[in-house]
Amino acid sequence: MQLPPAVHARLAGGPGAAEPLPVERSPKAGAVPFRFTARQVRFPREHEFFEDGDVQRHLYLQDVLTQVAGAPERPRVPEFTCQVAGCCQVFDALEDYEHHYHTLHRNVCSFCKRAFPSGHLLDIHILEWHDSLFQILSERQNMYQCLVEGCTEKFKTSKDRKDHLVRRHLYPADFRFDKPKKNMSPATPRATVQVSAEALGAEGEQVEGDAMEVCSEPAGERHTAGRRVLFVSEYLLPSVLVKGHHEDLKAPRKEINTSDD
Amino acid sequence: MWLRRQGCLRPAGCGVEELRRRRREREAALRKARREQQLISKRLLRDDAPEEGEGGCVAVILGQAEIQQFLQLAQRGTEEKERGRALVSLRRGLQHPETQQTFIWLEGSMRTLVGLLTSNQALLQLEAARCLHELSHSEQSAVAEACLPATSYLLTYLSGHSSDFIELCLYTLGNLIVESEAVRRQLLPQGIVPALAACVQSPHVTVLEALGYALSQLLQAKEAPEKIIPSVLGSTLPQHMLQLLQPGPKLNFGVAVEFAWCLHYITCSQVNNALLITHGALSTLGLLLLDLAGAVQRTEDAGLELLACPVLRCLSNLLTEAAVGAVGEQMQLRDERVVAALFILLQFFLQKQPSLLPEGLWLLNNLTANSPSFCTSLLSLDLIEPLLQLLPVSNVVSLLVLTVLCNVAEKGPAYCQHLWPGPLLCSLLGTLAFSDTEVVGQSLELLQLLFLYRPEAAQAFLQQSGLQALERHEKEAQLQDRVHALQQTALHS
Repeated sequence: MQLPPAVHARLAGGPGAAEPLPVERSPKAGAVPFRFTARQVRFPREHEFFEDGDVQRHLYLQDVLTQVAGAPERPRVPEFTCQVAGCCQVFDALEDYEHHYHTLHRNVCSFCKRAFPSGHLLDIHILEWHDSLFQILSERQNMYQCLVEGCTEKFKTSKDRKDHLVRRHLYPADFRFDKPKKNMSPATPRATVQVSAEALGAEGEQVEGDAMEVCSEPAGERHTAGRRVLFVSEYLLPSVLVKGHHEDLKAPRKEINTSDD
Repeated sequence: MWLRRQGCLRPAGCGVEELRRRRREREAALRKARREQQLISKRLLRDDAPEEGEGGCVAVILGQAEIQQFLQLAQRGTEEKERGRALVSLRRGLQHPETQQTFIWLEGSMRTLVGLLTSNQALLQLEAARCLHELSHSEQSAVAEACLPATSYLLTYLSGHSSDFIELCLYTLGNLIVESEAVRRQLLPQGIVPALAACVQSPHVTVLEALGYALSQLLQAKEAPEKIIPSVLGSTLPQHMLQLLQPGPKLNFGVAVEFAWCLHYITCSQVNNALLITHGALSTLGLLLLDLAGAVQRTEDAGLELLACPVLRCLSNLLTEAAVGAVGEQMQLRDERVVAALFILLQFFLQKQPSLLPEGLWLLNNLTANSPSFCTSLLSLDLIEPLLQLLPVSNVVSLLVLTVLCNVAEKGPAYCQHLWPGPLLCSLLGTLAFSDTEVVGQSLELLQLLFLYRPEAAQAFLQQSGLQALERHEKEAQLQDRVHALQQTALHS
């Protein structure tokens, strides 16, 4: 198929519509026995017109058409240690470190050291476990928010919330990131249900440590009176990682307790 | 900008012929599946870095005892690396369908795996997720559905930050989504749409491509028009999708392909295309089309049609929306360059993927049907002859070419003046010799318009033995009336 050079030139040119030639129709056009009418066409989803293109799409997905490699070979670097105080994990690949950092150090509660998979869950945790105002307010209004992003429901008790999660959102009854508060001070009433600790792990055995608890701290850690709070700043991470994650590091919530070292 | 990940998953010792044969087999299977409306494809993200000491990537069949052993080691081993290795061994085994079956029927196995997935050990989390991914890729429904207990966690992890992990979760979810309506009936109330909407703001292209994949699987579901697309349209996803399709230095091919297909599944469902138009879909896709044509000019890269196809489809369907007339000038599609771009793509298709010619011509029809401006562009850019060169390709293509030409001709004498003299008449004498009734019928329609607005053409037709060409169809029921009418017109001219 030969295209006139004007076509390529036009593509490279600026936007604009052609000044249309005058339209002048005769009533005889398309009149019986003829039937042509200019009309736009639409095709619904399952129409066979799409068969060829759909097949090509699925060949692509199945990696036959365009070979797409899986995760590329990870470059190894000289061994380095996690810089977060108290953590002594060693790594030789940046991607492993990235996942470690995000899993264990990123969304960490500065009060009780528990780590959470997302900022959203951390926020809810801090509110419900460490905010005394929350306890007071929750006696008078529904304060326990649904954990599912996008759902705005709130509940009187953590049990009600759990029921909602199970019934409305089909969450498992033993969802790991919805542990009721333990070790409550005597002043607050025990309005929550004890979730069986053996819900996880086979044969009633507990998986070590509490859900997402940072286990690098020794069990009997005491909080020093004037605890030093350190904001995660760039020098704690290998500088290479920082470039890609710079935006991630801005939130002020990333306080981490450091013990005097 | 147009870089794509390219690697080799070619099994050792596979020649080109063997690959072609396999591809033909796959293609045949896919066609059959599509006709039965069972088109399901899953994407496997497999880390192919071979471990030291391993022979090939042969999946090992594990028995019940071995699976239990690996699980126990993963759960209770003393050293994290050792526990991780146990899961790696399990994963290798899970590449085999038999191991998958054994695994899912083993009591407590999924519960243990989910426990590891949600553990506080990052390495174990990752390896457990990879095991889950292998299971999600299974073609057996029972295996994929056995992964359901993990979905709430997979969704929770989408709000995390570890890009590799999120990518893995997304591909796993994508595979599960496409498995069955039962799976989707769980994922929707679990909040998959808001979770995906939150994830679309990730800066990582690998995450975005995985997200696009998962979303495209969701949108392809049979019940999507009623149950899924409305909530997707109600989220922030449409704006972000269009942003990710904007041409420019940030455009990533793999990401664009996925989201273009997402957009196609939405538009062809005709749920609320007006909303997409108000978000500027027409101008974004139009600019993308220009960009694609530019890329096609620069490189012979096969693979661009993977993106061109859904873009063409979206444009074609969106153009039919009444809303188009209601939005401002900016939002409409009037740019003549679109016609130039389309022809460059048609030329590309002719060489690389002729099966996409009908789709390109469909867009051309929708552009020209009600637009004197675009019809004029066809004439002023000298595109009639290239169009005629497509006639011999196939009956479907011929029909579409003739339809587009009718779109031009029906606009009146000013247009037909440019159609004759010219190669058109000769081509029509050629198409009258085709056996396909519809093609011949459309040729007759075009002749009527041409004779009506350009009577001299009728004379030329006579002189070139046009009457004989018409005669062969005098007995054809669908054509006779029109044939006779044309014979009369020609004779009286």
